[in-house]
Amino acid sequence: MPMATEWIPAIVFMTLSLGVGLSMVVGARLLGVRAKDDPPTKTLTYESGEAARGGAWIRFHPRYYVVALVFVLFDVEAVFVLPWALNVRELGLLAIGEMLVFLLVLVLGWAYALRKGALKWQ
Amino acid sequence: MNPWLHAVLYSLVLVTVLMTCTAYATWLERKVAGRMQSRLGPTRVGFAGLLQPIADALKLLQKEDIVPLAADRALFNLAPPLTVFFALATAAVIPFSPGLLASDLDIGALYVLALSGLMVFPVWIGSWASNNKYALLGGMRAVAQGISYEIPLLLSVTIVILMADTMSLSGIVQVQADEGWFIARPFGLGLATFALFFVAALAEGNRIPFDTPEAESELVAGPTTEYTGMKFGLFYMAEYLHSIIVAGLGAALFLGGWDGPIAPGLHWMVLKTLGLWMVMLWARWTFLRFRTDQMMTLCWRYLVPASLGLLMAAAVWVHAVHGVS
Repeated sequence: MPMATEWIPAIVFMTLSLGVGLSMVVGARLLGVRAKDDPPTKTLTYESGEAARGGAWIRFHPRYYVVALVFVLFDVEAVFVLPWALNVRELGLLAIGEMLVFLLVLVLGWAYALRKGALKWQ
Repeated sequence: MNPWLHAVLYSLVLVTVLMTCTAYATWLERKVAGRMQSRLGPTRVGFAGLLQPIADALKLLQKEDIVPLAADRALFNLAPPLTVFFALATAAVIPFSPGLLASDLDIGALYVLALSGLMVFPVWIGSWASNNKYALLGGMRAVAQGISYEIPLLLSVTIVILMADTMSLSGIVQVQADEGWFIARPFGLGLATFALFFVAALAEGNRIPFDTPEAESELVAGPTTEYTGMKFGLFYMAEYLHSIIVAGLGAALFLGGWDGPIAPGLHWMVLKTLGLWMVMLWARWTFLRFRTDQMMTLCWRYLVPASLGLLMAAAVWVHAVHGVS
C-alpha cells in the first residue's frame, strides 16, 4: 500500500489550509490601496517614533540557548515515553519500574540545571 | 464515494465553518469582554454588532500592505499564511461526532501536537524577518515560551494516551464514552492532568495571562509590530483558530467529546468546545499578564516535574485497573 487512505483527507485539508492563508495575502495585495508617492519615512523600521538605531539582526542573550538545550532533553524523553505509554498494559510492572528509573535520571539532570541556575530567567 | 472527492468536499465545509467560527469568535469575545467591563461591545454594524466581523475583514483587506525597507521581504510575506496553515491544519483530526471528522488518523493526538508545536516557527520567522527590535524580543519570548510549555502539554496528552491505550482522537473519545470521562477518572488525577493541559495550552497559544510575546505595554505588539492590513489580520486569525481548536482538543481528550445524553453527539461537542473556549475568555479578561521570568519558572520548576509525577501515577493506575500480567 503506497499511502494509507486515512491520510488522504489530512493531506487535502493541509493543502486547503495553506491555500486559505496564501489566497488572503494575495487578495489583500490585489484589493488593498497603494499610495502613489510614498514618503521615505513610511517604510522605515518602527522604533516608537525615533529613527531606528542599528538593525535587529544581532546575537542574542544566551539564556534562550540553554532553555532550548534543556527542551531537547525532554523532547527526546517524549520519544521514549510515547511508545511506552501505549504498551504499559501488556508490559506490566517491570516497564513501569524501568520508566521510573529513566525518569529519575532525567529528573537528576533537571535538578542539576535548576541548581546551576540554567532555568533562571534573569 | 471517491475518497479524494469526499475529502475535498468535507475539508471545504470544515474550513468554511471554522473560518466563520473564528470571525464570530472575535465578535463574541468583544461582546463578553464588553459586558465584563460594564460596556456594550460592538453595537453599530448590524443588529447587536453582528456584522462587525465582516466589516473588520473588509477593512483589513483594503488596507495598504507596507513592508519595511529593512525587512526580509520573502520571509516577511511567508510568515502570516504559514501561521494560519499550522493553526488550521490541526483541525483535520478533531472528532466532532462519531464518523464526523476529516481524517481518523491512528496517530491523531501526535498529529495535533506536532502541528501546534510547529506554530512557533512562523511566529519566529515573522519576527526575525521584520528586523525590528520589538518584534525580535517578542519572537524570542514566543519561542522560549512555546518550546517550554510544549513539554507539559505533550506529557499531559501522553497521560491521556496512556489511560486510553490509543492515539486516535476518536478512539480516545470512544473509550471515554464507554468507561467515563478522563476529567473525572481516575478521581483527582484526571482533573490534575486536565488543569496541566489547560494551563500549558493557554501558554502555548500565547493567550492571556501568558501573552508575554505580545505584551503591548512593553513590546508594542511583539512579533506583529511591523505587520499591516490582512497580514496582521492573519496572525490574529491564527491565534483565534488555535484557541478554538485547543478548546475542541481539550473537550475531546478530557470532557468526553461527543459523548452525552439525549442530544446528538455534534451538539455536545460544540457545547463543550464553546464552554471551554469561554473559560479561556474568562481567564483572559480576569487575570493580569505574567512576567516572562515568572512564566518560565512556573513551567520549568513546577509544571514539568508535576507532569512527570502525574505520568508515573497514571501508569500505576493503568496497571492496577487494566494490567494484563
